[in-house]
Amino acid sequence: MNRTLYGKLIFECSAPGRQGYSLPVNTYSHTLSQLPASLLRADTPQLPEVDEPTLVRHYTNQSTNNFGVDTGFYPLGSCTMKYNPKINEEVAANPVIAVLHPAQPAATVQGALEAYYTLQQLLSDVGGMAEFTLNPYAGAHGELTGLMVIHAYHDARGDKKRTKVIVPDSAHGTNPASAAVAGYTIVEVRSLEDGTVDVDDLATKLDDTVAAMMMTNPNTVGMFERNIPQIAKMVHDAGGLMYYDGANLNPMLGVARPGDLGFDVMHINLHKTFSTPHGGGGPGSGPVGVRDGLQQFLPNPRVIYNEENDTFDVVTDSPDAMGRISSWLGNYTVQLRALAYILTMGSDLEMVGPLATLNANYIKDSLSDLYKLPIPGRCKHEFVFDGLADKSTGVTTLNIAKRLLDFGFHAPTIYFPLLFHESLMIEPTETESRETLDTFIDVMRRIAREAAETPDVVLNAPHNTPVSHPDDTEAALHPVVKYTDLPQA
Amino acid sequence: MSQHKYFPHTPDDIAAMLERCQADSIDDLFSDIPADLRADGYESLSAPMSEIEVRNYFAELTAENTPLVCFAGAGYYDHYTPSVVANLLQRSEYLTAYTPYQPEISQGTLQYIFEYQSMMCQLTGMDVSNASMYDGTTATAEAMLMCVAAARKRNRVLISATVSPAVRQVVATYARYHGVQLDVIPETDGVTDRAAMQAMLADGDVAGVILASPNWYGILEDYSGFADDIHGAKALMVINSHASALGVVKSPREWGADIAVGEAQSLGMPLNYGGPTLGYMCVTKALMRKMPGRIVGATVDKDGQRVFVLTLQAREQHIRREKATSNICSNQGLMTLFAAMYCSLMGAKGLREVNELGYGAAHYLADQLVQTGAVSLKYADRPFLNEFVVKCNGTLKAADIIDAAAAQGYLAGVALADDELMIAVTETRTRLQIDTLVEIVKEAAAASAKKGGEEK
Repeated sequence: MNRTLYGKLIFECSAPGRQGYSLPVNTYSHTLSQLPASLLRADTPQLPEVDEPTLVRHYTNQSTNNFGVDTGFYPLGSCTMKYNPKINEEVAANPVIAVLHPAQPAATVQGALEAYYTLQQLLSDVGGMAEFTLNPYAGAHGELTGLMVIHAYHDARGDKKRTKVIVPDSAHGTNPASAAVAGYTIVEVRSLEDGTVDVDDLATKLDDTVAAMMMTNPNTVGMFERNIPQIAKMVHDAGGLMYYDGANLNPMLGVARPGDLGFDVMHINLHKTFSTPHGGGGPGSGPVGVRDGLQQFLPNPRVIYNEENDTFDVVTDSPDAMGRISSWLGNYTVQLRALAYILTMGSDLEMVGPLATLNANYIKDSLSDLYKLPIPGRCKHEFVFDGLADKSTGVTTLNIAKRLLDFGFHAPTIYFPLLFHESLMIEPTETESRETLDTFIDVMRRIAREAAETPDVVLNAPHNTPVSHPDDTEAALHPVVKYTDLPQA
Repeated sequence: MSQHKYFPHTPDDIAAMLERCQADSIDDLFSDIPADLRADGYESLSAPMSEIEVRNYFAELTAENTPLVCFAGAGYYDHYTPSVVANLLQRSEYLTAYTPYQPEISQGTLQYIFEYQSMMCQLTGMDVSNASMYDGTTATAEAMLMCVAAARKRNRVLISATVSPAVRQVVATYARYHGVQLDVIPETDGVTDRAAMQAMLADGDVAGVILASPNWYGILEDYSGFADDIHGAKALMVINSHASALGVVKSPREWGADIAVGEAQSLGMPLNYGGPTLGYMCVTKALMRKMPGRIVGATVDKDGQRVFVLTLQAREQHIRREKATSNICSNQGLMTLFAAMYCSLMGAKGLREVNELGYGAAHYLADQLVQTGAVSLKYADRPFLNEFVVKCNGTLKAADIIDAAAAQGYLAGVALADDELMIAVTETRTRLQIDTLVEIVKEAAAASAKKGGEEK
């Protein structure tokens, strides 16, 4: 990262009269001036005026103030920051796909539809489900879609009294938020000391007003929910459905299938488990799978395979569908990346969960003398420390996270799950080498030592980043959210 | 089994790591999972494909697609993509980064989102933009939720029949499950029936009204006075636009909108069979703290440098959990970099030229088509930008045109009814292609007339 190149906005590279495009000469006789002035904008939008070389240098320099998986180790818990293969990018940049319009007749997009259909089938196998829709754009969008599918299922049975969704207190924030947007009331179920769901507490919350229970497994502290068959049975006996939040699916690859664990509906984050890049916050993809008997509730449009003449088609008016949640078939080229990944992995996909789990346990067991491990025992793909073991130094989880930046690591997820005060959630993924993990472990041990011996170094971190200690309070108190809000603009 | 190229682990590594974990085998790490719950391999997976095989696989699939010369719009427009954009989007520092929760090492992402927000505010005329929504349909659905949340007790939202059917379907889906009453304002001759809207507003309980500009038929509606009607009923005004048009058409703010939403695919994003694209949402300052999604703000760091951070996070799902009015988390991230680079390269002048070219070419095509006598303009008296609806004359059907065009490698448009075709033209179409489409329509009409004559 390059502090000396840090600074300018593209607006500040602008000069009147410059331009960064070339278009064909306009030879048409009709012009916009024929439109009534009342339908046209009165002013000119103040966009930058830049030439092409200036723009290229600006965004190239700006990128050097960023940290990606290609830059270094990214142990961000629950985010599964694994390597994003380059062949995926090549496949997604296909010039033929680039010009395919959603309105093209199905006969002219058979390849595109086959890729969609093939991926949904492969995901069905991995998830232990009957069918997937790939239309949801992100994990949270998948949750919302899945809950709407569940809603449609209960509606179709004429069961209108189910107004509640149960979520564990350790759940990802999106779970209760998605349930609320889907129109449900949220009921929280307690976790036991080991982070797993308290089955007795669950029993008191189940009745015929419960539509579904949402769970991740392994849960957000990285523990496998051993009681899952019992939990699924309890929820099913009460007439509810089991929803699997696929944010933590990575350790289950080659290990267990959510469908076999008793889940009825699930989503997968292709941008976590299936190696598509996060892109600084998107575009992701959150396919939703359902067990047999629920397929008809999946959203429109749906890609179907016609066995008789070996063709694919798009159905836009499936009558039982829960509705529609996207313009067309979702983030299509993200889906292509995931398909390329699965084909490249093949049966080696079964080693993903085991190696991700090995990496997580290796870090945990190398640090648990210096960091407080609130839940002992084997973890799966991730685990949570509750800050330093030595609580006398005054060094917090936030300080540790910031100090890690100085050594070229991204910070772990911090202050989540909410079960502990100083949560530090570490997920290494399977694509990190033992050497990388060893370096990380050494740095974590050094930070623990610094906390005891020279705490100011940790308390004032980071020291080596392009910017340091941004004033978040000021940002929220006096929001400056666009260029023209800036004092110098 | 050969070592997979994505796994760094050698057998020695695995052995040493297991020793640290005091485990005899990797399987040992899963001893907490009951045997009957364990997966037994995946039936559908075969041996890993080599890179050559992956390339061949996708080459074969690609051969099963036929790219067509595109005269279809309906929410997706075939605009020109500057080569610079595709190239810089592949910078892996951008591509492989997560959400910028650590501002010290995410200034690249945070700066381009800030630039994007600034540009969207310029295009829409609004005060605040968020860091993106998924697409134009879900952005509009979120606007509906926002109206209801802002109004508290009122729970009814009106949407014009001239808003795209895909948008209306997605909004209706969100409304159905969230328990919002969604009513459709009828249209008259391709535009929103203002008198009907006024009557619906007078019925009360309305939290918001959703309109489109340009509308589904490509028509530029005159919304003069609508803001007074809507605000008079204490409802919020939402305008859905595709972003490129905002370079020239009256902005949502100028019409009096409180929320501007829509699809930004028209900012040069490849069609990519529908995605990824970019939904945008911009609002007035009064609604800033009720807006869903992430927002980037400027502040200073300890050295006094101007820096960027995610701000106003108290609005977001990970803080509010069950009290959240939106669940959006991941958005379209990288596509905002696309939009920022596109808007910077084009500038206001380039956006105007793109719209001039689309306007000129679409009106030229409309004139030529009408002259053939095969079709007429369905909304002849309505002003349009670069998309319009034709009605087939005589026995000619929209499907006849679409089929004849497909046979020649053209996508003639989108059929709205048996005898209605909606056609869009952008700067990427040449005059030769436009003239060819006119010939195709002429021939299709002749063939249809001939067939009709024979059947008689």
